[in-house]
Amino acid sequence: MALHIDGPPKVVPGVEAPKAAKRRDKPGSWKLALKRDWRLYTLLALPLLYLLIFRYLPMAGNVIAFRQFQPGGSIFGEKWVGFKYVTLFINDPSFWQAFQNTIVLGVLTLLFCFPMPIIFALMLNELRSQKFKKFVQTVAYLPHFMSVVIIAGMILQNFSMTGTVNQIAESLFGTSVNFTQDPGWFRPMYISSEVWQTMGWGAILYLAALTRVDESLYEAARIDGANRWQQTWHVTLPAIRPTIVTLLILNIGTFMAVGFEKILLIYNPLNYATSDVISTYLYRVGLESSNFSYAAAIGMFESVIGLTLILSANAISKRVAGTSLW
Amino acid sequence: MVNKTATALKGAPAQGVLLKDMKVSRGMRIFRAFNLVFLLLVVFLTVYPFLNIIAQSFSSEGFINAGQVNLFPMGFNTETYKLILADSTFWNNYGNTVLYTVVATAISMVLTTSFAYAIAKKELKGRSVFIGLAVFTMFFNGGLIPNYVLISSLGMRDTIWAVVLPNAISVFNLLIMKSFFENMPRELEEAASIDGLTQYGVLFRVVLPLSKAIVATMVLFYAVANWNSWFQAFLYLDNPDLFPVTIYLRNMIAGVTTAGSAGGTAENVGQIAANIQSVTIVLTVIPILCVYPFVQKYFFSGVMLGSVKE
Repeated sequence: MALHIDGPPKVVPGVEAPKAAKRRDKPGSWKLALKRDWRLYTLLALPLLYLLIFRYLPMAGNVIAFRQFQPGGSIFGEKWVGFKYVTLFINDPSFWQAFQNTIVLGVLTLLFCFPMPIIFALMLNELRSQKFKKFVQTVAYLPHFMSVVIIAGMILQNFSMTGTVNQIAESLFGTSVNFTQDPGWFRPMYISSEVWQTMGWGAILYLAALTRVDESLYEAARIDGANRWQQTWHVTLPAIRPTIVTLLILNIGTFMAVGFEKILLIYNPLNYATSDVISTYLYRVGLESSNFSYAAAIGMFESVIGLTLILSANAISKRVAGTSLW
Repeated sequence: MVNKTATALKGAPAQGVLLKDMKVSRGMRIFRAFNLVFLLLVVFLTVYPFLNIIAQSFSSEGFINAGQVNLFPMGFNTETYKLILADSTFWNNYGNTVLYTVVATAISMVLTTSFAYAIAKKELKGRSVFIGLAVFTMFFNGGLIPNYVLISSLGMRDTIWAVVLPNAISVFNLLIMKSFFENMPRELEEAASIDGLTQYGVLFRVVLPLSKAIVATMVLFYAVANWNSWFQAFLYLDNPDLFPVTIYLRNMIAGVTTAGSAGGTAENVGQIAANIQSVTIVLTVIPILCVYPFVQKYFFSGVMLGSVKE
């Protein structure tokens, strides 16, 4: 027995065992994590596979912007061609027209579609009847639940030669306008329909933020003699400022992607001069004329601008307003 | 939800007190009147296009072409409804929409729930990487062309998979669900695992039965998105027998519908009559309108849930 206690063979495993146990128990080791949570990792397998195939593979597929692509061949293209397609679109006037249209529509969308939900939410907040408020909300959310195809159908009908808008134009000015084909009218048509579509639902996050404003702040403001307008300006608006900033960043992030599906449904060759945006142009170049690499180069340009915009908006707001997405 | 109602109720009396305390100024009364008119106008303008489409769907083509149809049908006519409802292509496409919505929603729910449950576990190693991988795709994506090339090379063209798989996970929904699971009392799960349930057991027997509200919300989110979607089908489906009803409508709007599927009435195939379009729009919208009152409530609480986290 004594021999066993003193014997070196017994001591060595004794020393080794705690070492091994220590390695296994080290918090944060993958071995331990896998042993304990392997069931959670199996739950992750399918979603991660999905992300890999349908999200990250296409990102890598952007490499065809710099490679010769053969339909039916490898999704990563056949051979390197360098900046051939990039120089091609940089020298393409149609691309620059689409670029300009994208910027104009993006700015107009920000100018009109971003503030409207805030105003709408503030006005709803002033209502004293909760029932009426609920009713207005329910109605205003409706367009959000409609397929863009249905929205497009409604736009084209309302702005058609015999549609409601022309009936009004006829009675006011005695003339009707070919809204759906005249390039000069595409932007008003697009923006007004966009406001119609997004104003109600866009207010929802502001309304959520408004319900969390501390009631005592209003009391304090009233004691200080603030009227209703001053209360809105000095209490309500600062209270919902984080929400405003967050949504502004998100809006800037989608700046380049201006209503692609909707424009694709309502534009036509007669108004390309104002209606054709980068995404619709690359759709035609890529999928209607089968210039995959060329279109991929444009698409990459668009995505990179989008990412840059959101990163810089986020950085600016972090510094200036102290609010950021991450 | 309870909290929100409580705050809303608390807000109302406070304003009532204010009214008693202070004489309502003239400016305030003018503002209130203006506010009311403005909001009523919003309601009217929101509803008008829908009413106009319904009116057109029951009107005669002659009145529509003369620009006389506004809120009420002119020259009442239900022939077009009969025509579309007798069109086998319409019913086939409607069936496809139902099928795609059910399959896509089921796939999305399985993927989103398992993903959200795993990344809601704060002690899971690698968690922030998995979350980052998902969130990054919100701000940067492969773009139209690489996606198109991928789906084509996977051989998914002209199959249901091209419609139901590419957008299976919505990161927005994923994050809402994640924050719901995170806010669940941990004691429940701990008690269950002491009782010998595995992590699968905890998910299926304890967590999911307690998550009916969020699961219902997610099902509605996905189902509405799938019901309304058209672009995947437009890109990847060439076989008219596979089209969802949104493509049926899209082809009608774009004027590319063949005379056969428009019921053979339009002499001029290039210009499908407004009346037929309106009927199709109404028939496509009806299911959404039927679930709308429920969906709207769930959507609101879903958005609230997501925004609490921010």
